Amino acid sequence: MNESVPKIRLRGVRKAFGHKQVLDGVDLDVNVGESVVVIGGSGTGKSVMLKCILGIMRPDAGSIEIDGIETVGLPSAERDQLMRKFGMLFQGSALFDSLPVWENVAFGLIQARGMERDKAKGIALEKLAAVGLGPEVGNLFPAELSGGMQKRVALARAIATEPEIIFFDEPTTGLDPIMGDVINDLVVKCVRELGATTLSITHDLASARKIAHRIAMLHDGRIIWSGSVSEIDRTDNPYVDQFIHGRAEGPIRMQVSR
Amino acid sequence: MTIAASGENNSLLVRVLAPVGRVFLGFLATVGRLSIFTAHSLRHCATPPFYYRLVARQMVDIGYYSLPVVGLTAIFTGMVLALQSYSGFSRFSAEGAVATVVVLSMTRELGPVLAGLMVAGRIGASMAAEIGTMKVTEQIDALTTLSTNPFKYLVAPRLVAGLAMMPILVLVADIIGVFGGFLIGVNKLGFNPANYLTNTFEFLEVKDVVSGLVKAACFGFVISLMGCYHGYHSRGGAQGVGTATINAVVSALILILVFNYIITELFFSR
Repeated sequence: MNESVPKIRLRGVRKAFGHKQVLDGVDLDVNVGESVVVIGGSGTGKSVMLKCILGIMRPDAGSIEIDGIETVGLPSAERDQLMRKFGMLFQGSALFDSLPVWENVAFGLIQARGMERDKAKGIALEKLAAVGLGPEVGNLFPAELSGGMQKRVALARAIATEPEIIFFDEPTTGLDPIMGDVINDLVVKCVRELGATTLSITHDLASARKIAHRIAMLHDGRIIWSGSVSEIDRTDNPYVDQFIHGRAEGPIRMQVSR
Repeated sequence: MTIAASGENNSLLVRVLAPVGRVFLGFLATVGRLSIFTAHSLRHCATPPFYYRLVARQMVDIGYYSLPVVGLTAIFTGMVLALQSYSGFSRFSAEGAVATVVVLSMTRELGPVLAGLMVAGRIGASMAAEIGTMKVTEQIDALTTLSTNPFKYLVAPRLVAGLAMMPILVLVADIIGVFGGFLIGVNKLGFNPANYLTNTFEFLEVKDVVSGLVKAACFGFVISLMGCYHGYHSRGGAQGVGTATINAVVSALILILVFNYIITELFFSR
């Protein structure tokens, strides 16, 4: 693969819901092996951006290229093929509650790759061990696990097929700070071992500093700033400054009242 | 007549007609969405990969676990049919027709319709609730990211299972219903068992049973389709799933009654 072709390339991606323009021309490049974290306030369209790249939502305009291939408007069979490159950790874990934990982790192997169940179970238990869960957890159901354990299972599921690209949607939201840091460490470790390209969205700066090579800020449907982790503390961009210091006053106006 | 007055008239007219138009457009949009959903689902039913394990599980859910409720419905319906037709027909000394009335009513109408209504309550609701919950907790999005098409994985197995199992359920319901009529006829109304059975089969035609089974297949498809469609389009949280469940059951019940008429018309009007 040519190094100069970005793994993920977004140009002018726009998406509106009714009159609300959520994405207003997003441009973003994620290079091979790079870990990019997109920060931004709640409701700035971070999740919508991920869903557009995944093809769960269709953007109104713009181009989304994966490995240099345009993916907007791809037919569903080719889309299923393309999704093999992806793994995703959902904000609410999104584990299948009708399946035991090991089948959740092995899902991509069994359903999409047609692997035998016994073999897939072995790999699933390996992946569970990689996120610090013992084999006894494999036979439990997701509803029997705590939030932190569910997140770890979801991480194991996202990496089980050893994808080239992994998305993390708010990996630490809803966890206590210590468990949040455990998840961050696991994310960093798993990504390093797989050599995957990752795109994460979060509003947890501690998490962003830990897992990112590069941070981009989404505001008003656009990427307004992008730079390395060390640059974020030295930037004079008032939006970024307000966000990382968590001040209510500044150029970003939260919609508190109508 | 001034311009202002006609303007007022217009605005009144608009106020009355606008909601009508909105409802009508909404209806057309729903019909369109449903048609696309159905076409999509059918295409995915016909193209690989097929999830045989899931089809089997749905078949057990729809067929086997609905047996008690459908069986009970059928036996009491057969029993009450025998009682009612006996007390009605005795007014003009036509008691002999009881067995024929029971078997024709069961196979043509009551077997498929009552089984359909029962299964709609059971299966339509559970499908809508399950798929709806998967939708609002992003499990359906998760399927997509695991290279698994939700239509193939969730919708197609349910449609196939509904289509295949309802006729079997209805055949069982027909038999149990006729047996219920037989029980009452012989034990309570004093028919000779052999005569009752002879009367049962004397006027029964293949078409009576087949029309009922065609109805059953159609109802099974409609029940699964409504459950999946409303579940798939549920939004919000618990409340959205609740609404989806209601819509799935109510729309399935109404469509069953509509299709019941249409299929009867196709088979028996001449």
